[in-house]
Amino acid sequence: MRIDATNMHFADLNAAVRNDSEEEIVIENCIGQRYIAAGSSERHISVIGTPGNALGAYLNGTSVRVEGNVQEATGDTMNCGSIVVNGSAGDATGYAMRGGVILVRGDVGYRCGIHMKAYRENKPAIVIGGRAGSFLGEYQAGGTIVVLGDRRGGKPIIGNFCGTGMHGGEIYLRCEEIPPLLPAQVRAERVSELPEDVRSLIGAWCGAFGEGAAAYLNASYIRLVPNSANPYKQMYTDN
Amino acid sequence: MNIYIRPEYEVVRDENRCIACRVCERQCANEVHRFDPETGRMIAESDKCVNCHRCVCLCPTHALKIVKSDDTYKTNANWDNQTINEVYKQANSGGVLLSSMGNPKPYPVFWDKMLINASQVTNPPIDPLREPMETQLWLGRRSAAIERDEKGRLKNTLAPQLKLNVPILFSAMSYGSISYNAHESLARAAEELGTYYNTGEGGLHKDFYKYGKNTIVQVASGRFGVFEGYLESAAAIEIKMGQGAKPGIGGHLPGAKISADVSETRMIPQGVDAISPAPHHDIYSIEDLRQLVYSLKEATAYKKPVIVKIAAVHNIAAIASGIARSGADVIAIDGYRGGTGAAPTRIRDNVGIPIELALAEVDQRLRDEGIRDDVSILVGGSIRSSADVVKAIALGADACYIGTAALLALGCHLCRTCHAGRCNWGIATQRPDLVKRLNPDIGYKRLVNLVTAWNHEIQEMMGGMGINSIEALRGNRLMLRGLGLNEAELRILGIKYAGESM
Ligand code: SF4
Ligand code: SF4
Repeated sequence: MRIDATNMHFADLNAAVRNDSEEEIVIENCIGQRYIAAGSSERHISVIGTPGNALGAYLNGTSVRVEGNVQEATGDTMNCGSIVVNGSAGDATGYAMRGGVILVRGDVGYRCGIHMKAYRENKPAIVIGGRAGSFLGEYQAGGTIVVLGDRRGGKPIIGNFCGTGMHGGEIYLRCEEIPPLLPAQVRAERVSELPEDVRSLIGAWCGAFGEGAAAYLNASYIRLVPNSANPYKQMYTDN
Repeated sequence: MNIYIRPEYEVVRDENRCIACRVCERQCANEVHRFDPETGRMIAESDKCVNCHRCVCLCPTHALKIVKSDDTYKTNANWDNQTINEVYKQANSGGVLLSSMGNPKPYPVFWDKMLINASQVTNPPIDPLREPMETQLWLGRRSAAIERDEKGRLKNTLAPQLKLNVPILFSAMSYGSISYNAHESLARAAEELGTYYNTGEGGLHKDFYKYGKNTIVQVASGRFGVFEGYLESAAAIEIKMGQGAKPGIGGHLPGAKISADVSETRMIPQGVDAISPAPHHDIYSIEDLRQLVYSLKEATAYKKPVIVKIAAVHNIAAIASGIARSGADVIAIDGYRGGTGAAPTRIRDNVGIPIELALAEVDQRLRDEGIRDDVSILVGGSIRSSADVVKAIALGADACYIGTAALLALGCHLCRTCHAGRCNWGIATQRPDLVKRLNPDIGYKRLVNLVTAWNHEIQEMMGGMGINSIEALRGNRLMLRGLGLNEAELRILGIKYAGESM
C-alpha cells in the first residue's frame, strides 16, 4: 500500500500503517511524522521524505528504509529488524537497542548507540557512513558500532566523550590514529584483521548504498572496547 | 589500618532455653551462629549480624533476641555513634556508603501530624458493614473532548483507564532486586485483590505474563527487558524518571546478581552489570518526555495508560504540571522515605522531600491550573497504614503505591541490608536456598490479608466521615486537621489546625 503523508497527523498516519494488512508499505511525502513503525513487526516500510523523531522505536522485526534524513531517537529500544537511512541521522540514534541493525549513509548526531546492549542471539549493530557526534556509545553494554568516516573533510571521525561508561560491546572506527581524549573506561587498539561479523556488517552497508566494499574492508581500523583495568563502577562500602 | 567498629546490635542467647538444635545456624545466611563441638554450645558472632530477626523468629525455644549494643562512644549530641562509624568506614575503605530500604532518619512524619474527621449529630456516620461503601476507582485522564459521529451520537473519547478495587497498588520492585517468589506473591495478590503490581525496571519474567492484566510494566533509562511483547502484556506502562530513595541518580545491579533467570528477564547477558543511568539520555525537556510517552502509546495503539513516575523534589509542582501536559495519564510521585534495594546512604538520607508536602503542592497546582482531571495522582514512599492511605487521598491522591509495607507482609524485617543479596527472608536475594524460604502460596495470601484489612479500615474511616465513596474523599482536605504543624506546613498541606472550625 502507498500512503501519501502530506498534511497527515502522526497518529492518523501510524494508525493507517498499523491497520493496513499488507506487508509492503510505502509512505510518500513524509514530513516530520513521529513514531513511524513503533513496535512494528514483519513489515517492509519504505519512507520517502523526512520522518520525525522515534522512527522505529521498539521495532520488532520490521525492515524500514528511508530515502532522506531521519531525526532524533531513531530505533529507540529496537529489538530486531533493520533501519536503513539513505541520509543522515539525528541524536540518540539506536538508544538502548538490543538487536537488529541500523545503517546510516551519512553522519549521526550526539549520543548514537548509547546504552546499546546485546542479548543471546541478539547482537545489535549500527554502521555509520560518515562521522558520529559526541557521546557515541556512552554506557554501551553490548553490540557493535562501526564508523566509516566517509567525506569528513578533515574533521574528526567522532566527537568528544566517546564510550563514557562503556562496559560491553565494541566500536570500530575507520581511521589511522587513535582519537585523542578517550575516557579512561575505554581501551583503544589498532585492528590487524577485521573480524568476520564486522566485515559482513560493512558489506551490508556497502550493499545498501551501492558502494564498493574494497575501500572499506581494506582500510585501517581502530577498535574501542571497555577497559577492564579501569571499569565503570563506583567503590562502595556497606553501611 | 582499619579501625574496629563494634556491632550496633548483639545476639543474646538464653543458655537455659537453647537446646543447640542449630536451626539458627542453618537459617542465618550471614553465618553468625556456629556450634562449638567442644562445649556443645552455640556461639554467635554479632559482628556479622544485620538484625533481620530470622533466627529470633525461627528458634523453636525462643532462646534468641537481638539487642542494641550498650557499647557507646563518649556521648555527643552532634557526633552520634552512627555518624562516627560512618567516618571510620569511609576512612577504612575509601568507598561511597551504600544502604537499602527507606530513609531511617528521624525527620518529621507529616502523616502523624494530621488527624481525620468524623461526623457527629448532623451529617451522620455510615456503617460500612451495613451499607455500600465504594473503594473502587479508576486511574487515567478523566477530561475528554466531546465529539459526535455523523449520526450525532457521542463518540467514546475517554482515554484508557485502570480499574482498581482498592486504592492501593504494589509499587515498582524489579526482579533482580527482589526474588522470583516475591514477584509471584505480588502478582497473585494483585490479581486476587483487583489491583496492580509493578515490574520495576528489570523486565517481566516469562512465567508472569499470565498476570499481565494486573501488571504495570516499567520503562527506565536502561530499558531492561523492554520490547513489544512486554509493553503489550501489561495493563499500563510506567516511565521511571526518578525514585524517592535516590532522586537524581540511577541504578546499578552488579553482574554478580545477574543470575541466568534475571539475565533472561532483563534481556542482558549473565554476569554483566545492569546500569541504569541517572537520566534518560533522550529526555531533557517536557517535549522530550512527551516523545517517550507518545512512542509508548503508539507502540501499544493507545490502549494503555502511561504513568510517569518521579521522585518528590523541590520544584515538584512545576514538574508535575509539565508532566500533566506531556500526555501522561497518571503521575506517580515517590517520597523521600521510599524504599530501595540499594542507594548511596547520603542520597537516600538527604535528597528529596516528604511525600505529604509534595502531594499537597502538586494537587493544588494542578487544580489551580485547571488540569487536575487530565491526570490521576499516585503516591508512595512511605505509606505505612490504612490511615496514611486515607490522609493521602484526602490530600488529593487518587491511590497509593505500597512497597515496604508489602515486603513487611512477606516477612521483611527491615534490616536494611538488601544490597548484600543475602536476605534471610527470601525477598531481596537471588540465592536459590534463600528464595525458597518465601513460599508464594503463603506470601500472596499474606499480601491479600494486609490489603483487605486496610481496605476494611479505610471503609470504616470513610463511614465515620459520612463519606461512602473513595472518589468523594479525594482532595477533601476539610477532612484533615493538623497537629504540631507550623504556619508554613499548614499552608502547604492546605489544612486547618486541629480545633479550628471551617
Ligand atoms: S543476621 Fe538475622 S538470622 Fe543472622 S543472627 Fe542476625 S538476626 Fe539472626
Ligand atoms: S528485604 Fe530482606 S534484606 Fe531487605 S530489609 Fe527486608 S529482610 Fe532485610
